[in-house]
Amino acid sequence: MKTKPDISEIKKILDQVVDPEIPVLTIADLGVLRNVEWKEDDLIVTITPTYSGCPAMKMIEDEIYSALKKAGIEKVKVNSVLSPAWTTDWLSEEGRSKLEEFGIAPPLHASADKKILLGTNKHVRCPRCKSENTEMKSQFVSTACKALYVCQDCREPFDYFKCL
Amino acid sequence: MTREEALVEYLIRIGDNSLIMGHRMSEWCGHGPILEQDIAIINIALDHIGQAKNWLDLACEVEGKGRTSDDLAYHRDAFDYRNFLLCEQPNGNWGDTLVRGFFFDTWNYFFNQQLANSSDERIAAIAQKSLKEISYHKNYSADWMIRLGDSTEESHEKMQHALNELWMYTGELFMMDEVDERMLKEKAGADLSIVKKEWEKVVNEILAEATLQKPEGAWMQKGGKKGIHTEHLGYILAEMQFLPRAYPDAKW
Repeated sequence: MKTKPDISEIKKILDQVVDPEIPVLTIADLGVLRNVEWKEDDLIVTITPTYSGCPAMKMIEDEIYSALKKAGIEKVKVNSVLSPAWTTDWLSEEGRSKLEEFGIAPPLHASADKKILLGTNKHVRCPRCKSENTEMKSQFVSTACKALYVCQDCREPFDYFKCL
Repeated sequence: MTREEALVEYLIRIGDNSLIMGHRMSEWCGHGPILEQDIAIINIALDHIGQAKNWLDLACEVEGKGRTSDDLAYHRDAFDYRNFLLCEQPNGNWGDTLVRGFFFDTWNYFFNQQLANSSDERIAAIAQKSLKEISYHKNYSADWMIRLGDSTEESHEKMQHALNELWMYTGELFMMDEVDERMLKEKAGADLSIVKKEWEKVVNEILAEATLQKPEGAWMQKGGKKGIHTEHLGYILAEMQFLPRAYPDAKW
């Protein structure tokens, strides 16, 4: 049989798989991709959901199979694990800047976000005008992972990718 | 009852609470008072359904009879459901929904906090995952309690009315039966007396801030854990189960 591709090559293939709701982020950027390894001739891909009810998981799984199949890798098993629980701290630095360019304020690190939960945080930066003079309007918006903010300076509403 | 039967029962109870809460809240879809809140409540409903799936999947795995979480959701009758009576109460007005959510979310938070340290690592994993989501639910409903309780005369009255109506369903949240005792003894389950203390502390604080009166000394309803439900559950199941029962081969 032909040689098995390197894990680094496979990770490059998996970079084609993006979050269907935030297509600028790959599953690696998001921290949804937890592990890739060969177990003899089987490729084991381990992923974790962002939220328990995330409707994108099935689609991500299907896309992993199809991206790998296109690259000629057929013996694949996608495992979904819950532990350790996904956290926004796993978002890559590259992912954070891609989010901001896309118009979504990236999550602050967990300690700062505690204040957001208590409603006292003022440090979410507007992805358009970069002002920190912003206000939370709703803890939940088009997806569970984001909150709705309004910039008090440029008056634009925007999504904040909240910490989890 | 074997150890495994008790564990399956315990997991089904947790899953059913989330499933019925999630379904109830999903009924607001397209009917929310404003767009942002319509979206918010549906997001919370989705968290509940996701958590329900995790708990019921685990119940099926432990049971080992080849049932799936879909089988549990769509092919059981009301007397096989184990959710609290609180979860199945009708949505009523926005205040009724929020008070029900406030009671449940606060309980769910402290309950899952205990399960996050379960000796059964599968339980701990689901609870740790859920807890992050529930902390948002808990803050959301507490925030609304204060906003509507300490607001206009009309909103205050409606919130107080909802509190008085739903209070009798809160006693059941803390009643331990033999399944709870057994899970607690194995350090797999939660100690509901601790959950009760934490729950009361938060409820007292938030109600005081919301200028609402805590109802006292009411008769407490119970039965959910034994499958004895209010009439409302049957209507939920009729809607939720219609499609898979009428079209058993239907696929997305």
